[in-house]
Parts: sequence; C-alpha cells; structure tokens
Amino acid sequence: MIAAMFIATLAAATLRVATPILLAAIGETFAERAGVLNLGIEGTMFLGAFAGFYVADLSGSLWIGLAAAIAIGTVLGLLMAFLSVTLGVNQHVAGLGITLLAGGLALFAFRLNYGGSSTPPSIEPFERLSPLADVPLLGTILNQYALTYVTFLVIVPLAWWLLYRTSFGLKIRAVGENPEAADAAGINVFRIRYAALAIAGALMGAGGAFLSLAQLGAFTHGIISGRGWVAIALVIFGNWNPLKVLLGSLIFGGTFALQLRLQAMGLQLPIPYETFLALPYVVTIIALVIAGRQASYPAALLKPYRRE
Amino acid sequence: MPVVEMVGITKHFGRVTANDHVDFELEKGEIHALLGENGAGKTTLMRILYGLYQADSGEIRVEGKPVHIGSPRDAIKLGIGMVTQHFALVPPFTVAENVIMGYRESLNMDIRAIEREVASAAARFGIAIDPAVQVRHLSVGQRQRVEILKALFRQAQVLILDEPTAVLVPQEVEALFETLRHLREQGISVVFISHKLNEVMAISDRVTVLRDGRVIDTLETATTTPPALARMMVGRETFGVVRQDAPQRDAEAVLEVQGLYAEDDRGLPAIKDISLVVRAGEILGIAGVGGNGQTELAETLCGIRRPSRGSIRVKGREVAGASPAEMTAAGVGRIPEDRHTGLVGDLTVAENLVMEVLPRFSRYGRLDKKQIHAYAQQLIEQFQIKARPGDRARTLSGGNLQKVLLARVLANQPDVIIAPQPTRGLDVGATEYVHNQLLAQRRRGAAILLISEDLDEIMALSDRIAVIYEGEIVGVLPVEDADVEHLGLLMSGVVKETQHGTAEV
Ligand SMILES: Nc1ncnc2c1ncn2[C@@H]1O[C@H](COP(=O)(O)OP(=O)(O)OP(=O)(O)O)[C@@H](O)[C@H]1O
Ligand SMILES: [Mg+2]
Repeated sequence: MIAAMFIATLAAATLRVATPILLAAIGETFAERAGVLNLGIEGTMFLGAFAGFYVADLSGSLWIGLAAAIAIGTVLGLLMAFLSVTLGVNQHVAGLGITLLAGGLALFAFRLNYGGSSTPPSIEPFERLSPLADVPLLGTILNQYALTYVTFLVIVPLAWWLLYRTSFGLKIRAVGENPEAADAAGINVFRIRYAALAIAGALMGAGGAFLSLAQLGAFTHGIISGRGWVAIALVIFGNWNPLKVLLGSLIFGGTFALQLRLQAMGLQLPIPYETFLALPYVVTIIALVIAGRQASYPAALLKPYRRE
Repeated sequence: MPVVEMVGITKHFGRVTANDHVDFELEKGEIHALLGENGAGKTTLMRILYGLYQADSGEIRVEGKPVHIGSPRDAIKLGIGMVTQHFALVPPFTVAENVIMGYRESLNMDIRAIEREVASAAARFGIAIDPAVQVRHLSVGQRQRVEILKALFRQAQVLILDEPTAVLVPQEVEALFETLRHLREQGISVVFISHKLNEVMAISDRVTVLRDGRVIDTLETATTTPPALARMMVGRETFGVVRQDAPQRDAEAVLEVQGLYAEDDRGLPAIKDISLVVRAGEILGIAGVGGNGQTELAETLCGIRRPSRGSIRVKGREVAGASPAEMTAAGVGRIPEDRHTGLVGDLTVAENLVMEVLPRFSRYGRLDKKQIHAYAQQLIEQFQIKARPGDRARTLSGGNLQKVLLARVLANQPDVIIAPQPTRGLDVGATEYVHNQLLAQRRRGAAILLISEDLDEIMALSDRIAVIYEGEIVGVLPVEDADVEHLGLLMSGVVKETQHGTAEV
C-alpha cells in the first residue's frame, strides 16, 4: 500500500513537473518544424513567468495574468520572427539575444516593483482540480492544475492534429523542410514562419506562467533554471513529434520528481545530494544520445529564406 | 491570341544583363522550346514569368491582359506552372502531400480522399505515379513527374519545364515526351527549356533561341535544322570534336584495376569484380545507363570510397584504399562528378584553384595571397575561364565552374584522369571545350577514364569502350568494333561479352 501510494504521488508530481516543460517544448516544436530554432525559449519562459505573476498580482485575477504571459510570449515570438525571418539574423544569435533581453527585462521590472520587500512576494496560486477524490491512488494522480489537464489533453493532441492533419500544418512542415519548394508551390514562407513563431512564443509564455501562477504562486530568480534548454532537448528527443515530445517530458518529469522524493527521504548516502539534482538532466542527456541518433532534423532548420 | 506574351523583358543581376529586351510568345497548345547556352538567360526569363524574379522592365500579358506576377502564387492563379531545375519537392512528404501543398486549403485533411483525387488527376494527365509513397523514395524521373503533376493539379494551362531531360535516362526522356504530347492534345502550352538540339527538334513546335540574354530568333521547328540552331545558339559554326591519331595499343599500362569490389552508401554491393587497364595516351570510355555503379567506380578510383576488395595500381604502385590526397600524390586527377560539391561556392575562384595544392602556396601555414593570385590568373587565361581570381565560385555559370575544375585538375599534369560525366549539363560550346581538353591530355600521354551516359560522347572520344551494367563490366571493345546497337544491348544487360565471345544472358 505504501509502495502504491508512493507511485501515485510520484506520478502526480511527474505530471506537474512535466507541464511547463511540455508547453514550452510543444512551442519549440512549432518553431523548429517551420525551420527556426528559437533559443529565446528560456528568456520567454522567464518573462512569461514574471508577467503572469505581476499582472495577476495587479489585477487580482490569475486568468488575466495567464493571458498577459501568453501575450508577452507571442510578442517575443514575433520579435524572433522579425529578427530571424525578416532580417535574416543568425538564429542562434537572435534567440540568445532574446533570452538575454527578456531575462534582463523581467529582473529589472521585478526589482522595480518588488525591490523593497524583504520577503519574496507571493500570490494565491491556482487551485488544483480534484475529480474522483474519493478513489484512492487515482484520485491522487488526478489531483492536478487545470492547466496540466489542458496541456496534456488539449494542447498536445491539438498540436499533433494541426501539424499532421491540417493544411496549415502541412505548410509549417513544408517551410521547415524545403522553403524553396513551399514558395514555388505558392506558400507564403514568411507568413507561415511568423505564425509558427507566434504560436511557439505563446506556449513558452504559458509554460513560464504555469510555474509562477500554479506551482509556486511566486516569482523567483531561479524559477525557470534551464527548463527551456531541457525543452529544446526534448524536442530533438521527440523527433519533432508532439506525442513523442510528451513522452520525453514524462521521462524528465519522472526523474525530476523521483529525485525530489529521494532527497526528501533524507537517506544517509555517501554521495552529495547534488548528485540527485543532476539526475534528471543526466537522464535527459542519455535519452537524447540514444534517440538523437535517429533524429531527422527539419532540413531547413537554421536557414533563413531569401528568394534571390 | 497567344496565352502568354512577354514584351521587352529586361533583367539585371548586378553588372550582368541576364535578359535584354526579350520578347517571347506562347500559343495555346504548343510546345515551345527555349534554346540557349549556359547563362543565355533561359531560366531567368521563365523565373520572371513564374514570379520568382521581378523584371526590371517589360510587360507580361496573359490572354491579352497585362498582368503583374509578384510571386509564384500569382502565377499559379494565372494558370502558369513551373518545374525548376532543382526540384521544389519536400522529400519526407508523400506524393499527394507534395501535390496539394499550398493549394488545397482544408482544416481537417482527409489524406485518403486527397490521395484518391491525386491518383485520378495523374491518370487523367497520363502520369504514372503512386500518390501514397514518400517522395524521398522516388527516382529523379519519378520526382519530375510529381512536379509536373503538381503544376497540372493547380490547373496550369502553361507548363514551364526547365531542362527537364538533363536528369533523365533515354527511356525516361521518351516517356516525358509522350506525356508532353498528351498534354498538348489537351490544349496545354509547354515551354521546354533545353540546350540539346536533338530534343528540341524531336518535341517542339516552335523554338526561340536566346544568346547572351537576347532573342536571336523564333522559328517553326519544322523549318530549321540542328546545325542552323547551333549556329544561332553559339554565334559561330560548331564542328564537334574527333580524335585524329590512332590509339597506341602497346603503351605502358598506367592504371591497372584488378578484381575491384565496393559498396554503395547503403552498404549494398555497387561494383563487382571490375578489372580494367588504361594505357598512357589512351581514353577508356565507360558506357552505361546511370546508376549502374559508375559513381561508385569513380569514387573508389579516387580514394573517396574504400574498396572492399581488389587492387588498384598506378604506374605499378598499389594504391587501393589510399586517401584522396594520397591518390592525388600518386598522380590521379579527378574531375568531380558534381560541380557544385567539387567546389566551395563561398570561396573565390583563386582559392578553389589552389585547394588541392595548398602546401605549395603556404609557408609555415600562412598562405601566400600574391602567389595564389598570380597562379589563378595564369590558369584563368590558359583555360579561358570567364571570371576573375577574386570572384566567388558561386557566381559562376555551369560551364565556367567546369573550367575551374578542369584547370585545377589538369594543372597538376596527372598521369591518370578520372572523368565522370564531365559534360553533363554543359552546352555545346562548353562541351566542345571539355572534349578538346581531354584530347589534349591524351596527346600528352595521360591515361584517361571517361565515364559517361552519353553514347555519342563515348564514341567520339574513346579508344576503347567498356560497358558497365549492375556494377559489372559486361564487355570491352575497341571503338572501331563498337556500334550503338551493340553497345545498347550491352548497356541494357541483354548480352554479355566474355573472354570467349558474346553470350546471351
Ligand atoms: N540570382 C542570380 N544572381 C546573380 N546572377 C544571376 C542570378 N541568376 C542568374 N544570374 C546570371 O544571369 C545570367 C543568365 O542566367 P540563367 O540562369 O538565366 O541562364 P540559363 O540560360 O538558364 O543557363 P543554364 O543553361 O546554365 O541553366 C548568367 O550570367 C547568370 O550568372
Ligand atoms: Mg537555366
């Protein structure tokens, strides 16, 4: 029974940990499928987390906060599009630039608004839904935030359907594989890349906001701490397929949750606890090395498109 | 009234005038050939019609009405479709997905229904293709059919084909012509870009000749002859080249290959038990339909591909398994099969020319720019390359790229020259030039292995002809004993020459 309970709480934690990374990774999937590597992901999540927190704090509405995070993410996605698609700036440079810019903006605004207080500011976070609360184990697992439900049950299937079953998705994949071909077929390469990057930014912003508005109810400097980079690894692991990206996010979420539990148990082990901290990242790297060998990158990834 | 009229089209690229007041007319239901040498401006003119380039000046009329074509999208709406020299297909997509891409808007795509629709369109236009298969699994000829189908599916009334036969084997060319005749009957107009005279004569109703961006003339194909067209295209008489002197049958064997085996990129046997001898001052032609191991044979002989078994000797020295650099040092010169991978487009002509002999131009790792420049200038003059040492290789035309490659290889005076498809995609003038260079090397005493799918070329240049079929040499004959029919039978694997005579297979 204790073992079963342990597994149920572990599963519940896995879904919680996976949610923000999965959101961002689905966003990155859209960007890369269209041929743009968006390294602005980390900064977009960070600014999304802050904007969500700040607007929720101001307005008193978590939902308005979430909307603000999505809006700011979209704006950063469009900025990435302007730099990499319209101006043809190197995608690494543009993406890292956005991460630095967004990170700096978030910290600056945070200090401006909350600099005085000695205790970290906090808000009342989203409440978890608890369907089937009476059913043991299953009730524990299903005790999740609404956003987690939306991510796993709506966004991922929707992303898959969009990419593989609509002509919009066909266009996204076409401009990421062979923009010359797409152009010759009458597809507006620029518009499709803008759209894909806007979607990507929105999802990254939402991913960041999940952390500040649901999981923590606060904003801290280390709130993202590399989750964006993990998301990029998961996209490669998932071979740019939303369903496989979901699988990857569960592997990462699972090891992360396990690691937390192992630490909490306070086992007296002859290894430093940082080893546990590194575990999910090490597992991610191993998974990536194994899966990455068959990775079939979108052929036009990193290549700006020019007609002449 | 013509379906398309282009009037006074002018287009500059920097200092180059690609089209100079070009007038072009296309009638309904005609096959109109656009003939011209490399760089004559054929592709540019048609890219303007398809909205990929914008003309600097001039007017386009479609069915009498002046139109603005700002993008392929506009062209498609006007019923104009184009199959470009480099296919515009997405390899991981299926045929059906490629065909409907950007054309059919639907929120929820029913793949099966789309595949049925594409299949029925293919049948209507007489194009044999399976809509459910991924394009990356298709041969070049099949990909071209997908491209044509893509244009027709968009209700194209005008179909532009940019050098469609350059990538096809003879049987596929015939199939393509069959399709084009079929389309003509349905009232579709075809622009057929080419610099191959016999094809133009065979398929077109009218022909427009371009030279240096200008229209020389438009005429009824039936009223002209290949020599007349060649004269218009090149601007002078062409003669073709022939070997004059008799072959030297007893000269030293410079390249000796014994029992050579190698695998292709997928690890399947590509060449099997190949044995050949090429003597000093001899051209050995390797004839065969593309994809029968020619590429792998050339790569193995140049050290790019490792042989799995067998021996390669150059002037008696064993070199099987040597690296490309060691091969170069051993006296093997290679004219790369693909001009674009043989050169680095972003480097200058001069840098490309010295790439294989860098140590000669560097001291303690520092390149001597002045000496490189002088060396390049000398080669440019010697090989009549139309470029300056500082020009980026990317900006050169196909013929000039090939001259750079030839200059790079031949400047080293190699004992052995491996020449796979040295004139593929080149126009009459450039082809003649390459042939003359190879013959000059033969006179110098080089042993030359000429690999070509063009039988006329093989017959004109070779002293002896070996036929390759499915990775094996199925016959070697002196050129005097070779005729096209017999070679054709060997190439198609119907008969096989053995040491003891001819045997049916
Ligand atoms: N995008 C471009 N930028 C600069 N120069 C160009 C460009 N496209 C074509 N040119 C130049 O314009 C001229 C005409 O080129 P074009 O490609 O139209 O010739 P073509 O007749 O199609 O030749 P080929 O038989 O080699 O395909 C050439 O001198 C070429 O170098
Ligand atoms: Mg051309």
